[in-house]
Amino acid sequence: MKKIISILTSALVMCSMFAGCSSEKESVSTDGSTSMEKVIGVLGETFENDTGITVTYNPTGSGSGIKAVAAGTCDIGLSSRELKDEEKEQGLTATVLAYDGIAIIVNNDNPVSDLDIETIAKIYTGEIENWSEIGGNDSEIVLIGREAGSGTRDGFESITGTEDSCKYRQELTSTGDVITTVAGNPAAIGYASVASVKDSVKIVTVGGIAPTEETIRDGSYVVQRPFVLVTKSDKKLSESAQKFFDYITSEKAREAISVAGVVAAN
Amino acid sequence: MKKNKMIERAIHGVFLILGLLTVGCVLLITVYLVISGIPAITEIGIFDFLFGKKWASTAAEPSYGILPFILTSVYGTAGAILIGVPIGFFTAVYLSKIANPKIKAFMEGAVSLLAGIPSVVYGLVGMLVLVPSVREIFDIPDGASLFSAIIVLAIMILPSIIKVSMTALEAVPKEYEDASLALGATPVETYFRVSVPAAKSGIAAAVVLGVGRAIGEAMAVMMVSGNVPNMPSLFQSVRFLTTAVASEMSYSSGLQQQALFSIALVLFLFIMLINATLNFFLKREKD
Repeated sequence: MKKIISILTSALVMCSMFAGCSSEKESVSTDGSTSMEKVIGVLGETFENDTGITVTYNPTGSGSGIKAVAAGTCDIGLSSRELKDEEKEQGLTATVLAYDGIAIIVNNDNPVSDLDIETIAKIYTGEIENWSEIGGNDSEIVLIGREAGSGTRDGFESITGTEDSCKYRQELTSTGDVITTVAGNPAAIGYASVASVKDSVKIVTVGGIAPTEETIRDGSYVVQRPFVLVTKSDKKLSESAQKFFDYITSEKAREAISVAGVVAAN
Repeated sequence: MKKNKMIERAIHGVFLILGLLTVGCVLLITVYLVISGIPAITEIGIFDFLFGKKWASTAAEPSYGILPFILTSVYGTAGAILIGVPIGFFTAVYLSKIANPKIKAFMEGAVSLLAGIPSVVYGLVGMLVLVPSVREIFDIPDGASLFSAIIVLAIMILPSIIKVSMTALEAVPKEYEDASLALGATPVETYFRVSVPAAKSGIAAAVVLGVGRAIGEAMAVMMVSGNVPNMPSLFQSVRFLTTAVASEMSYSSGLQQQALFSIALVLFLFIMLINATLNFFLKREKD
């Protein structure tokens, strides 16, 4: 019995020693947009492998992330929208890290191939209910969306201005589910991150423009939003935070960013 | 002699610890659920929470009413029982009393296999085969609905209903049936007038077990029910108690997350109720 106790105590001591070590390590703290979880996760991992500096990420939402960086409680704020003027006046600088393009998808058998952003908003709020109203077959439009809290849903609704007013027929929990469902129902329309859409569904052009890396980056494809890094204009970043910032805005980070399904800005 | 006793005691101790481990897990989960589920209920108000008809957890003005989920779970389970119990019950009677040994062995194997299929596979087949067929057969815009979920659940509860009912029917003493046959009853009369009444507690336990399985299922129904928090209607997209927790957990925060724990607590209470019922029937069978 004594032996067991002594083994346990020594194990505990060892554990606490390790814990002590890791907390003293250099780290970069990021805070903000829940939609950027994947891209920051991938970048943080590759950065940590290269330099040994850990990157922490606190998913609180764009607004809280901007506030946190202004208050100095994190190194880099993450926002999935442009900064507002009053936020810029607080002495904050925005650097675009990447663009998140959202593809509007329909079934391959659907004759509709182009919609503009107002029509998309009308479809999702239930104003347009039948495909025949916009040049398609005579069938009721089936709206497929993502679950509440999903970054793609948040992005889609904020770009189209349909927050909290979408009349979804199905709320699915993954991009793959949305694509499979749209592929299986000729009357369905859905949205998904551009990078994950394959041939099984048809991507509609928005205002005549198809989502490609170029059109997303230059802003001509409108169903997209920037992923922004927010920093203080007057205060220098800590050494490790500056290293991370330089790394993720360099061309070296491109591949990692595209792994996360978004288009790198640099 | 003394040494033997020591070893004996030590082994008893080990078994006791292993047993307590299970009890500890249950206690831990219960306490955790209660502690994390209560705050949201008190903040939202128990009446608004349980009887509110609108769930919009991420809206600018969020509302957290889970009546649609509770009703969907109740209707979905009731529907599954309505379809699953007759099929399962008659299958059990056939297999335990009528079927010849070869057919019985084959069908029992099939039933066991059905029990072993992971729920995500039920969901996938439901999503790719059942949902489109429901859409075409009933000529509705989309097949993901309460109806599809009921069909999937009915199939999923079949194995537990069949197996438990069979065990109960096979435990009926042969003398009862022999007596009935000797008095001139036909075999089918004997099965339904003698065997089934004698096994009724066991069959009731089977039904309750089916209810428990249906109400607790998340993965399969999530893939076929559409997940929109509507008040339940047969061909509408609906959300169950289980899927309400599962679908929003990954991104939730603050009050929304606490409310999800509260939903889990409500679900837990439902399951406790079902378990209590099950124990009641099993105990009655023993007496």
